[in-house]
Amino acid sequence: MLPADPEAGGGAEAGSGGAETGSGAAEAASGDAEAGAGDAGGRWITDVGAAVAEAHRREWAYVLAATVRVARDIDTAQDCVQDAYAAALDTWPRQGVPRNPGAWLTTTARRRALDVLRRGRTLRAKLPLLVEPAPAQDPELDPGLDPGAEHDGGPIPDDRLRLVFTCCHPALAREAQVALTLRLVCGLTTAEIAQAFLVAEPTMAARVTRAKKKISAARIPYRVPGAAELPERLDAVLTVVHLLYTTGHTAPAGAQLVRAELVERAADLARMLAALMPDEQEVRGLLALILLTDARRGARVDSGGRLLLLAEQDRSQWDQAAIAQGSRLAAGALRRGRPGRFALQAAIAAVHAQARTYAETDWHQLVRLYGELLAAWPSPVVALNRAVALAMVQGPGAGLAEIGVLEQDGRLAGYRYLPAAKADLLRRLGRADEAAHAYRAALELADNAAERSFLAGRIAELTQPELTQPGPTQPGPTQPGPTQPGPTAARAE
Amino acid sequence: MAEYVILIYENESSYIDPSPEVWQEAMAAHGRFAEQVGEQGGKLLGGNALQPTPTATSIRGDVVTDGPFAETKEALGGFYLIEARDLDHALQIAKLCPAPFGGVEVRPVMNTSGG
Repeated sequence: MLPADPEAGGGAEAGSGGAETGSGAAEAASGDAEAGAGDAGGRWITDVGAAVAEAHRREWAYVLAATVRVARDIDTAQDCVQDAYAAALDTWPRQGVPRNPGAWLTTTARRRALDVLRRGRTLRAKLPLLVEPAPAQDPELDPGLDPGAEHDGGPIPDDRLRLVFTCCHPALAREAQVALTLRLVCGLTTAEIAQAFLVAEPTMAARVTRAKKKISAARIPYRVPGAAELPERLDAVLTVVHLLYTTGHTAPAGAQLVRAELVERAADLARMLAALMPDEQEVRGLLALILLTDARRGARVDSGGRLLLLAEQDRSQWDQAAIAQGSRLAAGALRRGRPGRFALQAAIAAVHAQARTYAETDWHQLVRLYGELLAAWPSPVVALNRAVALAMVQGPGAGLAEIGVLEQDGRLAGYRYLPAAKADLLRRLGRADEAAHAYRAALELADNAAERSFLAGRIAELTQPELTQPGPTQPGPTQPGPTQPGPTAARAE
Repeated sequence: MAEYVILIYENESSYIDPSPEVWQEAMAAHGRFAEQVGEQGGKLLGGNALQPTPTATSIRGDVVTDGPFAETKEALGGFYLIEARDLDHALQIAKLCPAPFGGVEVRPVMNTSGG
């Protein structure tokens, strides 16, 4: 999968395009991102650096998408937008932070793009991007191309969806879609993206450059797909956002369990999509899923960094506002027609989030929802989650039988949550030796430090003589994976 | 409009000594495709079927060897050169291209005129 997949030889191409070197402004802005992150925008921002960082996080996609329309080339647009942020760092301390930073940045970036176009540099050197004119607009008369129009303050078309659908076009590999979305829609530097996915920076730079070259060479259009294609194309977009979220939620490797930056970017993207496509159930479902799962973030590890299972978490630490909002969205996403996989995963997360205690969890409802999810999305990971829920309703033996079927199936070979779930059920049945064996198998597959220490702890408990018989009546906490439905369900897709 | 080549990769064994029905069906399918390109708003600029890979001769450097570059189960068996608005349009057309024993690959044509 994505993260641990350094592309052999990718580094050799890094320098060829020359496009993927971070700009000073963007780095300065995103480096300060923490300062402005929590600000809702209403507070007077005294620190210009924080204002620029805030504008970088909130407005980047809008500014870039509007600039692509003028520049007709992603690289040029990106350079112009980076220049605009640099100009903001220079101008705002003297002239004050504008009332509408996004509009200021867009106007500045588009004006730069017009300068570049006038000099005719890019059109000679590159294939222009295929920008479809807005309805009833002649491309030659596009007000965006008229320098005079820049001063009218007229509406700038919101092209963020075009940008997202271009980044997530099926002609691009999934990892390229993910990288491009972070680079272009979120405005992260390639260094930041490389760090998030534990890939060498030249490798990531090569990946992004290659993807951008394909967009222009193969003429991937800058367009929101029509109704016939939309469900499939939207699914790719949602998969990318969800993958960002799951990678941040449980980092596949490394010392940190959560990469907050990725989680927040994914949540921002889901919010943006929900605002731009309010009628799409699956978009709502994804936003709900992210809100409901992330509501537990603060309770997932103890003060010592130890992973806490759902059963052990202090539920008073869950973010009740996020749970309320997520539950409302999830209910809405289920209301019409046949719910899709994100709506169903959100419903599952809502059942967990709404249980006041672990014991009060409505496992019958979960078994039913996992069954529906399995029908909508026949993934062995979903079947594994269903087996764990079934064990809570019918006892560990029933769950173990289902897991046995999945082991035979073989598609989950190498998936760490399968032996972990099996180990837990064996432990609850008092079959300590077999449980320890399964925990060891899980440990061999786990790379995340918090997960590893959890599994090692379980093995130690089971191999201590006095603890080898944990009465089967104890409904001990289940495994980290399967009981936290959203993220793990997507992991082995 | 831009030019794309649709490369047809299929399992060659399916076409070795084809029954008259298989052959006629393939010819009819390709005939239909040629019409569909225009109906879809694209343009068919050219294309051909190729003799199977045992007839191929490869040259690498100065060395001439028998056979194709790569022995694979699915081999290049033919191609079309089409004109389409963009990649989505080209893919929409290419989805109609018959390749019952394999699949097709769509590649943009490189503009080598410089500029």
